[in-house]
This record gives sequence, C-alpha cells and structure tokens, in this order.
Amino acid sequence: MRIVFAFALVAVSFATQAQTLRIGLAEDPDILDPSMARTFVGRIVFAGLCDKLFDLDEKLNVVPQLATSYKWSADNKSLEIKLREGVTFHDGEKMDARAVKYSLERHKNMKGSNRRGELAVVSSVDAVDATTVRINLSAPFAPLLAVLTDRSGMVVSPKAAEAAGEKFGARPVCSGPFRFVERIAQDRITLERFPGYWNKGQIHFERIVYQPIPDATVRLANLRSGQLDFIERLAPADVPQLRSDGRFRIAKIVELGYQGITINVAKSDLAQKNPLGKDPRVREAFELSLDREALVKVAMEGEAQAGNQWVAPSNRYYAKSVTLPKRNLERAKQLLKEAGVANPSFTLMTPTASDAQRIAQVVQAMAKEAGFDVKIQSTEFATALKLQDQGQFEAFVLAWSGRADPDANLHQFLSCKGPLNGSGYCQEEVEARINEARTSLDPARRAAAYEVVARQVQKDRPIVYLFHRNWLWAHNAKLSGLRTVPDGMVRVQGLRMN
Amino acid sequence: MLGLAVVGFFVLLALFAPWIAPYDPLATSWSAVRAGPSAAHWFGADELGRDVLSRIVWGARASLLAGVVSVSISLALGVPIGMAAGYLGRWVDAVISRVTDAMLACPFLILAIALAAFLGPSLTNAMIAIGISATPIFIRLTRAQVLSAKSEDYVEAARALGNPHLRIALRHILPNIVAPLIVQATLAIAAAVIAEASLSFLGLGQQPPAPSWGSMLNTARNYVDQAPWMAIWPGVSIFLLVLSFNLLGDGLRDALDPRHK
Amino acid sequence: MLRYLLRRLAQIIPTLFFVSVLIFVLQQLLPGDPAIALAGEDRDPDTVRYLRAKFHLDEPLPVRYWYWVSGALRGDLGESVRIQKPVTELILEKLPVTIQLAAMAMLIALGIGITAGVISAVKKDTWWDYGANVFALWGLSTPNFWLGILLILVFAVQLGWLPASGYVSPFEDLKANLSAMIMPAFVLGNAIAAVLMRHTRSAMLQVLSSDYVRTARAKGLDERVVILKHALRNALVPIITLGALEFGTLLSGAVLTEQVFTIPGFGKLIVDAVFNRDYLVVQGVVLFTATVYITLNLLADLAYFVVNPRMRVR
Repeated sequence: MRIVFAFALVAVSFATQAQTLRIGLAEDPDILDPSMARTFVGRIVFAGLCDKLFDLDEKLNVVPQLATSYKWSADNKSLEIKLREGVTFHDGEKMDARAVKYSLERHKNMKGSNRRGELAVVSSVDAVDATTVRINLSAPFAPLLAVLTDRSGMVVSPKAAEAAGEKFGARPVCSGPFRFVERIAQDRITLERFPGYWNKGQIHFERIVYQPIPDATVRLANLRSGQLDFIERLAPADVPQLRSDGRFRIAKIVELGYQGITINVAKSDLAQKNPLGKDPRVREAFELSLDREALVKVAMEGEAQAGNQWVAPSNRYYAKSVTLPKRNLERAKQLLKEAGVANPSFTLMTPTASDAQRIAQVVQAMAKEAGFDVKIQSTEFATALKLQDQGQFEAFVLAWSGRADPDANLHQFLSCKGPLNGSGYCQEEVEARINEARTSLDPARRAAAYEVVARQVQKDRPIVYLFHRNWLWAHNAKLSGLRTVPDGMVRVQGLRMN
Repeated sequence: MLGLAVVGFFVLLALFAPWIAPYDPLATSWSAVRAGPSAAHWFGADELGRDVLSRIVWGARASLLAGVVSVSISLALGVPIGMAAGYLGRWVDAVISRVTDAMLACPFLILAIALAAFLGPSLTNAMIAIGISATPIFIRLTRAQVLSAKSEDYVEAARALGNPHLRIALRHILPNIVAPLIVQATLAIAAAVIAEASLSFLGLGQQPPAPSWGSMLNTARNYVDQAPWMAIWPGVSIFLLVLSFNLLGDGLRDALDPRHK
Repeated sequence: MLRYLLRRLAQIIPTLFFVSVLIFVLQQLLPGDPAIALAGEDRDPDTVRYLRAKFHLDEPLPVRYWYWVSGALRGDLGESVRIQKPVTELILEKLPVTIQLAAMAMLIALGIGITAGVISAVKKDTWWDYGANVFALWGLSTPNFWLGILLILVFAVQLGWLPASGYVSPFEDLKANLSAMIMPAFVLGNAIAAVLMRHTRSAMLQVLSSDYVRTARAKGLDERVVILKHALRNALVPIITLGALEFGTLLSGAVLTEQVFTIPGFGKLIVDAVFNRDYLVVQGVVLFTATVYITLNLLADLAYFVVNPRMRVR
C-alpha cells in the first residue's frame, strides 16, 4: 500500500514538474507583506503573488492592471481610478473599491509600514462606488502613478489582512496569478496557480518555486544542471560562456537604479575634517580621475551603462545637456594643487558584495593616479546602514535598485530632509526644483526642473554617479514570453515553457 | 624535516616579499584583466589585472600571520586555563568548564563578528577573533589530557614525594600533554588560515586590495571557469602551508614525546 | 555512576546560563542598529522608531535580557522580525535537515578518519602512511566553499550525476534527498575526517608503543585482535571527545557549506540572521544548538567513563 502511494507521489511530482517554473533569486526575500516588505527580491516574488493597480511596460509607461483607467482632477490633487470588475482575491473575496481603500490606508497607516514615505501626500481615499476609487492628495504628486505600480499599488484581501493583522506576511492573500502555498525560510517560496485569476489565459504554469541562492556561481550551476529554469543577476563574467551554450538565453535590461559614490559633504562634522567633503575642487578632481568607461569594462565586464545622473542616459528624464565628464588627470592634479592638497586621503566604505569590492578597487587605482589615497573599508550591510545614518563615514559605495519615477531616485537622497540623504546635501535651488518636479504633472516642466538639478548636483557632487547595471537574466532557451521591463521584476503573465 | 623546510620557505617568502615579488601586488592593469599565465605573468593575472604570483608572495605574509598569531593566542590563553581546570579541579574546574562549554556552544562567526566590530575590521583583529574563538578547544583538550595524566603513576609518585603543585604541573604534566597539543595546534593553524578566508569574505579580514590567500581564493571562485589560475595558486599555497605545518607537527611530536627518547 | 550522571546534569544549568548571557552580550556588541537593519535600504524614520519600540530596543539591557529569558523558559523564543515566523517553528523546520546533514557527514568522517588513522599508524612510515596523510591533509587544507564549488562543477554541471544544490525532504523523495545531500555531507565529512585521522593516528601510535599492547603481542595474540580490541579501544578516548565536539559544531550549523549548496540548516539560518540583525532568531537558535551541544558533551563524557576504566575509579 505504502509503495503504491509512493509511486503515486513520484508520478504526481513528475507530472507537475513540467509545469513548475523554478526561479533562482540572488537573495532571500524578507517578509511577504506588501506594506512592510523592503527587498528587491521580495518584489520579484510579489510579481507572481499580488496584482497592482498599475503596471509598467518595457518603455516605462504606466499601464493599468487592476485599474482600467484613471483621471486626474483639474487641480491635480485627486486621482480617480476605475477598477477592473470581476476580480477576486485568493480567498474568494471580491476585489472592489472598498478593498483598494483598505489596502491604501493600510500601506499608509499601519505601524511598521515602509510605504508611508511614498504615500505621505495621500490625505484620504474614497470608495466612490464599487468600482471607483478616489485618492485625495494634500498636494499634486507626479510620482503617484509610478508608486502605484509597485508595492503601494498592491491590493490585499481586507478580510485576510484584518484576520492576520501584523502576521499577514506569513500567509499573504492578494489577487495575483499565483497564490501562496508555503515558505521554507532561506530555501524556497512556493506559489500555485490561482484558478480564479482574472487574466488566467496568460498563465501557463501550475506552480512557481522561488529559490534564494546567493552565490552567483552556484546559481548558474543550478541553471546549467537543469535544477532551475530561470536565474536573475547572472554574474557579468559568465555572460560570454553562457551565450555560446544553445540551451540557454540571456536577457538584459538597463536597471532603473544606479551605482555611485555618496560623499559626506555635510552629514556630520567628519565632512569638514576631510578635504573630499570640505572642498568641491577635491571632489571635482576625484571625479575627473575616474574613467567611467574603463570602470564599466573592468568591474562589470561591460555589462552596464556609464552615467552621471540618477537616471540612465536612456531615460526620458536624463538631462542631455549635462554630459558625462571625461577623465582628465592633468586637470585633476591641478585642481588638487589649487585646493592645497596634493595627496588627499579618504576612506571608502564598501559593501562586502564582490561587484562592490571590484568597483571600489578600480576606483582606488584610478584615483591614485591623480594623487588620491583611497582606503577601502569593507563593511557588512547592517553596520553600513547605521554608519550612514550617523554620518560616520567619508564616502561610501552605493547601489540603489531604482524606481520607475525619477523622483524616487532623487528626492529621498538629495532633498534636505530626505530619509536616505547620506551626504547631508541641502541646496536651496536643488530643493526647490526637486519639489517642483514632484508637484508638476507636465513631463516637459519636470524635465526642465531635473536639468537644473542635474547641473547643480554635477557641480556640488554629493553623489558621484558612476553607472547603471544591466539586469542580467539567464534562462532555459525553451522559456518564452519573457518581458524585459527595467524595474527588474519577473512578470509571469505570458511566460511559458515550449 | 620536509615540513620544516616548506614552512621555512614560506617564512622566507613572507619576510622577503618586497624583493621576491616581480610586481607591485596592488598594481592594476586594465589590459591584463584575467590574463592567463605567460612569460610576463607566470601565474597569470587576476580580475583587475594584478600579477597573481606577486600577490601569492605578499599573501604569504597575511596567511602565515593569520595562522601563527591566532593559534599562539589560543595556546597562550587555552593551555594555562585548561591546566588550571584539569589540575586544580573543584570549583575552578567547574567555572572554567561551564564557560568553555558555553563558548564552544556559540558559533564561531558570531564571536568573530562581534569582536571584529568591537575592534574595527582589519587583519589583526581577525587574528584576535580567530584566536579567541579557537581557545575553548585548547582549554578542553588540555584539561582532558591533564585529567588523564593526573591518574598516571609518575604524577602520583611526584605528588607522593611532596612536590609543589606548580612544579608538578609544569615539570611532570606539561611535557606529557604537549604532544596532542602540538598536533591540535598544527591543525588549528591550518583551520585559522581557512578561517581568515571566511572572515575576509565577510569583510572582516584582510582589507582590499591587500592580498591574502584566503581573500584571493574567495574572489577566484567567481571565475572558476574563466580564470582557473586565480584559484589554483592560492589553493595550492594553502595546501602546501597546511601540509608542511602538519609534517612539522609530526616531527615535533616525535622529538618531544618522552617515550620516544 | 548515577551520582556522576546527576552531577553532570546539574552542570547543564549554569552552562546554559552562561550561554544565554554570552549570546545576549555578543548580540549587543554587534555594530549597527537592529531597527535600522530591519527597516532596510529604503527605511522610513517612523518605521525605525516603531520597530525600536516594538522590540524594546530602547530599554535597559537587563530588562531586555529578562524579557527574552523569561520567554525562553516558557518555551517562547519570540519570532523572526524579518519574516515573521516564530523562532521555535524555524528551529523545527531546520532541525531534520541539520541532523541529517550532520549525521551523514559524521558517518563519512568516522569511516574515512578512523580507517585511515589506524592504517597509517599500523603501517607507519610506509607509502600507506604517507598516502593516508596526504589524503587527510587534502581534506583539511581545502576550504569548504571551494571544495563545494569544485564538486558542483564536476558532478552537477560537467557529469550531470547530482543536483547542483537544493534540498528535498526524504519523505518526499528519498533518492533525490540523498543525491542532494551527499556532496555537502562529503565536503563536511572530509574536513572532519582529516582531524579524526590525525588524532586516531597519533593516539594509536602512542597506544601501540605502550606496555600492555606489547604484552598482548608477547602473549601471541592475533595482530588484528591486538589492534582492534586492545589498541583502538584505548585510542578511542580522544577521538570520542573530538568526534562529539565536531558533531556538536556540525549541529550548530555548517555555515559556508550550507551557503554553497543552499541547504536550509541552522548555519544559514544563524548567519543570515546575524547579518540582518534578526536578533531573536540568533539568540533562540544559538540557545537551542547550545543545549544540543551540551547534551552531546555529556554523552561524550559518559563514553569516556565507559572506555577508560581507570577514570572510573576516581
């Protein structure tokens, strides 16, 4: 009897095997509660689990998902959203205006929520009728739609959320194409197809298993040996070899975020004790000592786009008039001479990840040629965050995964009271223009404001932007329907195994 | 003897690194990124175009220091404490054994991170962290050996003759427990070299770009396919160093064991 | 015997007390603020304040220690702040994996280590001896993560015989389970085998040159009986201590190996928790593994008693 049962199990596991999509993640996601979640890989899992009011397309246009249309009020202070009808949550509850109102209020008000910042301007939410929601703002807020394409736009089942309270993340209930089955910490997150999904014609897998495998070499080995169908963040050095292997495909997209070096210019009194923080000429010399193209080539195997702003040169809000500085050692040395420090020294706090370490070492070697003595201090994540918040650093290597609206790459980092303002930068004109770009819905006006900001930031250099990575995905060649959206999320709609 | 020779070789390498290494171990060359072995770079070049041979030579310093200094710390702390516990017994033994048990039960990494954080990340602090983390093993081993030596006839005899405790401990017990300690120490040096690699991995060991074999190996694992030479040489070096310390330990054990005289 | 056992059991309490204090203090020494680390890269100041209050991070240390210990005494180790699972649940989830991995590794280690140790001692200074030594040293001098990656490249990628990594429950599919566990178990066992081999060899050499072995041989006993019954039995004392220590270490997690093979055991759990400052997980899991470890120590001491008759008299 038992043997028969075992055979049945094996048979079942083989049958489902073919319809299971196995995805290798570079990190272990944190809590699966859209209000509290904060990791990049967590967002990848949410892409299978929770639908959002809006989504992004390959060109970064905001497109409806749970919404069907939207309309701004005349004063741009309220947004009316029409909802898709006939959508149900995984627990069978109806997704309606009440649920959207509940979710938005939960994101905004729940203790421990990490969505409060991006929803700060939301003053109230009205459920106008069953399929209409109105979001009222205290001031016009251009990034709102983009914000609603991410976790803030995810709608959770009010009944389940109410019952679970703070423990919702242990068993999330949304309205996405797949529903939560189980999570074994650090091992796997399993989702199964939600039969009641509103767009189920687009779903071609029975299950998705997300497996965190931090080591890039091992992650790739799992793909090559057939244990995984898809991996995110392929190591750049592995690209040429994998490309020659016909069993696999590589997909790449320039990230929304950036890699850069944040300099303590006013965060703490350390800024004034160090020539780099004190004197803009030293910062200019530092930037002129860097050859971004060579940096990208050596540290990232060319799998990145050199940049000098918070958005990539391919972005519609990139200020083209503020050009990429070219390396100029002569000028750098002269600037240092003018500043009266021929050999300035500073400590560069660097995450322990191997790409960050490469970047730091290349920067160190390049800056040395201009006379800089850069000391690298590897610092693990939790320590680094604390030191950043306290201003106990001179400069640090920063990676930001990026958001769809440029405001989220800029405001938090360079506005005077920005929560992630590590450099302590606060400049009147920049502050005014950032806020102008936030509150204007006119793309041309926003672009003009960002151009002013870019020019000023290029001069003051609180952050020296270096480049924008390619998100490198590798997958089984039989997998088709992959959509390369710059936010780096793996959209499961349309994915199929041929 | 072979062990001594190889250890000696590495010591010389470490001492005279500046004269032996063909290149500056930190000098990067964008045109030689992951270049294979050649006449210019016998062991090839690493991910930033640095000469692997030069980094191996300089890395001998970090790795030898990491191994020897940290084990010296564990021995210096562990042996006296272990002897006190084993010889004095009673409440001294009770307290030491309980704290030792408690320390052994705590994962090495947490101890190492906490200590390194306390002192600031550097090679020196990594050595201290490794040394302290390895101490309880020596305490336990010493204590166990002292306990069994205590029941030997020659110690009973020495005690019956009215020798003072310290004299018994140093003259009669210590020489008889040295052999297993040396065996353990040679093994611990090897483990410490590898532990240094793990700490480098967490950003708590040798700070880049300075080389240590551990950190070189660590970087190299990202390029196992593309640049195997980056991994082979530090791997071989670690292997040879560990091997020679073990051979050396064997030789010493034979020489020190009173029963072999 | 019974009195000894009772005394040893009574010792567990102060040891655990020291463990709890040690782990609590170490946790405090860790730099960084748990609330900031938990709130993450795009941390919101309000959220940081809330987390700090929620986890009593502003209260005096003794008070916080009391919160934790009194909970632990009631069997409540708190919950993971990062993924909101009770710590006891996490432990139960990882326990079977960790035990299986440790047991397999230990079997491999004992098999290779003692055999190689005995052979090299008996055939001292022959090619057998050198061969066994080199083999053991190879295991010892190869960093775990490195050996692990090499094995994956050879057996999973090149030959395709074994899965690269991952874990399957033995109740789901025993064969898949074993083929996933064999490489990590070998990597771990290999390193420990080296340690055991060294100690077996040195203990055997000492015993083989001792009077009673010489007496046994003089009596004309079969050499195999001499070696296995008389010599090995006595040489086992230090090996048992070390074996128990190593097994205990295995149970508190094989950090890098688990990382490379993505085996969800205690090692990965603790280390990830350390880096995320998920401090209740760190404290809870360490306290648990410490308890297991201490129990193993107790058993090792009892084994000491059984195999070393001279100590029983004292």
